[in-house]
Amino acid sequence: MRKLSDNMDTEALQKSFDEKIEKDIKIEPKDWMPVEYRKTLIRQISQHAHSEIVGMLPEGNWITRAPTLRRKCILIAKVQDEAGHGLYLYCAAETLNITREEMTEQLLSGKAKYSSIFNYPTLSWADMGAIGWLVDGAAIINQIPLCRTSYAPYARGMVRICKEESFHQRQGFDILLTLSRGSAEQKAMAQDAINRWWWPSLMMFGPPDNESPHTIQNMKWKIKRFTNDELRQKFVDMCAQQVEVLGLQIPDPDLKWNEERGHYDFGPINWDEFWNVVKGNGPCNKERMAARIKAHEDGEWVRAAALEYARKEAAGLTGKQSEKATIKK
Amino acid sequence: MEQPLWEVFIRSRQGLDHKHVGSLHAADARMAIESARDVYTRRMEGVSIWVVESKNIHASSPDEAASFYEPAEDKIYRHPTFYKLPDEVEYM
Ligand SMILES: [Fe+2]
Ligand SMILES: [Fe+2]
Repeated sequence: MRKLSDNMDTEALQKSFDEKIEKDIKIEPKDWMPVEYRKTLIRQISQHAHSEIVGMLPEGNWITRAPTLRRKCILIAKVQDEAGHGLYLYCAAETLNITREEMTEQLLSGKAKYSSIFNYPTLSWADMGAIGWLVDGAAIINQIPLCRTSYAPYARGMVRICKEESFHQRQGFDILLTLSRGSAEQKAMAQDAINRWWWPSLMMFGPPDNESPHTIQNMKWKIKRFTNDELRQKFVDMCAQQVEVLGLQIPDPDLKWNEERGHYDFGPINWDEFWNVVKGNGPCNKERMAARIKAHEDGEWVRAAALEYARKEAAGLTGKQSEKATIKK
Repeated sequence: MEQPLWEVFIRSRQGLDHKHVGSLHAADARMAIESARDVYTRRMEGVSIWVVESKNIHASSPDEAASFYEPAEDKIYRHPTFYKLPDEVEYM
């Protein structure tokens, strides 16, 4: 059969792509798409996947030191979810014709970025609470609109992820609430964690709209549905109310309800710090990358052994196969 | 060498069809099924898993969709709503 795309010029293909976007018809992997759309998605989805994977490290740090068995089980489950999120996203990216190997290589060589938030250290148990409440909370606000993103495999992955995220935020809130209602020392520990994680969490939404050159195009392509500043505002509004339930404070003297806007105002974000961390100079950038590289290298023999076993099994050279063969006889 | 890619299909409840849920890399089928359990059924989303190596999946081409599905387009008489029944007929 002739392929229609052979006959259609790029202009016509572009037009039919634009129409799909316009009508909210999702783009599937084999559909024609502009080169830049594909590139943008590969960058965004793989970056997102890397963030889920690197994001396991700060919390993994506390698994062996969780205060109770219950908290430990919960934290393990949460970190395991993040690994799953990474895998869903890598798979979505692979449908765009980039291999897992290439993506891994981009992460380990430092060519690909991941969310800067994970370059901050987890100094106390309360940080598990602050991460769940703030970092996962910010992630949820970012991710919910992505369930409707125009590229179908990404959207499907995000639906799955969002279903799992809300437990993450709640378990974090639960940790902070317990600490806040505990001894004075515990309460101070919870407050300290919020103080350290608040501003980096606000930076998770990315630079302000007027300094975010890709936003307009990404909104046109319906990859993004809201701007960075819109999502950030939503997050601030949500936290400003919830922190009162916690009986704790958000470390921002400018935070206050603005009747006219119907939103909370908040103080200026230190973007120099953000760009500095993005450039690799955050407190834990080197540690995180070293941990990823070590995990990858330590796992090398396992991957090789699994492949070799599969090869031998296919060739009927393993004990298992011959065992089966004898049973058949 | 990279481990091959597998497509994962899950039956969420007894009596339902297996449904495509995503993909993963694994060295062989057994590893693919075990990984699929860990990646796609952590919250009891499944009672049965199929895995198929992605290279064995053949797909229709989206470019040809218009002509490929065209034969079905003008056959409205295949739908029950095509037939007008007299009011006296209550259930059919
Ligand atoms: Fe996640
Ligand atoms: Fe999460």
